[in-house]
Amino acid sequence: MAPGPIRVAETPLVSYLLRRADDALVLGHRLSEWAGRAPTMEEDMALANMGLDLLGQARMLYAHAGEVEGRGRDEDAFAYWRDERGYRNLLLVEQPNGDFAVTIVRQFLYAAYAEPYWRAMMASGDATLAAVGAKAEKEMAYHVRHCAEWVVRLGDGTAESRARAAAALTELWPFTGELFEVDGTDRTLIAAGIAVDPQTLREPWQRTVIQVLAEATLEAPPAGFMRRGGRSGRHSEHLGHLLAEMQHLQRSNPGAAW
Amino acid sequence: MWEEPMYTQALNAGAVGAGQPPGEDAALLARFQERVDADQRIEPNDAMPEAYRRTLIRQISQHAHSEIIGMQPEGNWLTRAPSLRRKAALLAKVQDECGHGLYLYAAAETLGIAREELVDQLLTGKAKYSSIFNYPTLSWADIGAIGWLVDGAAIMNQIPLCRCSYGPYARAMIRVCKEESFHQRQGFEIMLTLARGTSAQKAMAQDALDRWWWPCLMMFGPPDAASQHSDTSTRWKIKRFSNDELRRKFVDATVPQAHFLGLTLPDPDLRFDADSGHWEFGAIDWDELRRVIAGDGPCNADRIAARRCAHEDGAWVREAALAFAAKRQAKQAA
Repeated sequence: MAPGPIRVAETPLVSYLLRRADDALVLGHRLSEWAGRAPTMEEDMALANMGLDLLGQARMLYAHAGEVEGRGRDEDAFAYWRDERGYRNLLLVEQPNGDFAVTIVRQFLYAAYAEPYWRAMMASGDATLAAVGAKAEKEMAYHVRHCAEWVVRLGDGTAESRARAAAALTELWPFTGELFEVDGTDRTLIAAGIAVDPQTLREPWQRTVIQVLAEATLEAPPAGFMRRGGRSGRHSEHLGHLLAEMQHLQRSNPGAAW
Repeated sequence: MWEEPMYTQALNAGAVGAGQPPGEDAALLARFQERVDADQRIEPNDAMPEAYRRTLIRQISQHAHSEIIGMQPEGNWLTRAPSLRRKAALLAKVQDECGHGLYLYAAAETLGIAREELVDQLLTGKAKYSSIFNYPTLSWADIGAIGWLVDGAAIMNQIPLCRCSYGPYARAMIRVCKEESFHQRQGFEIMLTLARGTSAQKAMAQDALDRWWWPCLMMFGPPDAASQHSDTSTRWKIKRFSNDELRRKFVDATVPQAHFLGLTLPDPDLRFDADSGHWEFGAIDWDELRRVIAGDGPCNADRIAARRCAHEDGAWVREAALAFAAKRQAKQAA
């Protein structure tokens, strides 16, 4: 493995794989920060469980990116040796955990997108992506169910929980536009039958979100400015800190195997 | 001053195990002892001496508390695990520990006490947890050392508990032990990778062993001569081996593993005794264990503060869940 920071020569497919892997890794990492801190023991287990699902997805996608790139890089090379400008994840998933409402709403907004996304990807012309889709689709369905139940409980719980859920929704809503963004990388792969057009996911995502928010007696924030930049490596200020913590041991021991 | 070993080191000294409260039916006691002697499992609805019930509540709940507090020292390295494979394995392990906590609280609840009351005892410092979790994890190698040594010691203690006289506890231990042995192998594998790695990694592994070795030997509790409650626990088949027996078993099993790793044990008096076939080891610093149990270990305050913080920060979430459940119930009743 490379004993120093790497620069990936990103073909459209490599870039696409890294985006999806980075989403899963960064969100899984955020969930792992909850370990031992959740409001109940059952929820401690659930957050770890979802974090593990996402880590598993990230690992499969990085491994595939390494094969496609063909330069002998493994999952850890991509995870530990790229700086934040090389990371391609959505801004949504790097947002801090905040209180339990922020974590649950963030997870819900992502999962409501990722479930139909991975289901559609089961038909990808890339066999590995299709296989990841088959596994991830089931996991994300569980995440949607679990988080939707909590969104409803918080929204229709006490005045305090309702206010916190509403605040979380307002805080995170501007990051949801990025879910449906299409750029040149996407267009190339959509044309090749490898990627799904994210525009087709907007409708199922909205349906899930609107239905759950209604049950939670919450409202979707009004349409407004949407933040973007994660896919091209222009992140919020949060990612640098996350990576500094995550990568420090690899970086201070270049060339070591763990 | 001393209590049962491992996960039950110091609660309400003298309150239990010292025989029966006056007035408890001698016939019941005799019948109960007969059942235990005949190796029958005691189940939740069976008659049992009050001291047996209280001893088990204490032992099982402190075991549960230890699983929950034990998530912290390892959780400390989750965000810094040096590879995705290690990160996933550690997250799975911390999740397992929480699950063990839940099994054990459920087992304790069969004895007629609510989980909330037990958790309250932990948060207020009335109940204890294993002394080992009051030590800090200062490097990644500590995660290996905990798996290898701490889980290794826990297994030594818990395998006999799979045959403990109280059915729900014994059955919980069977499930817990299966997962613990998996963790123990993972921990050893981390140590092996470090011991075969760069010189910095090997030094990291040695430093972790130096810091965890003696605290792990203390996990088995005080020497037999100073252990107050062993007699009752042994008679009731809650405890099957003495503290010193289990400690010796652990040392005999672990010393060759350390040698295989090419690491040195921090004990100048350690030597193999060909006559007895056992490893003889140096004197344990019992004052240190007393201090840690009394609350003056390196992390006691942090561990409880973190637990209280999680509990307090989560209060509004639990209240929301209760309020929502009540609304649902009212709707269904209407």
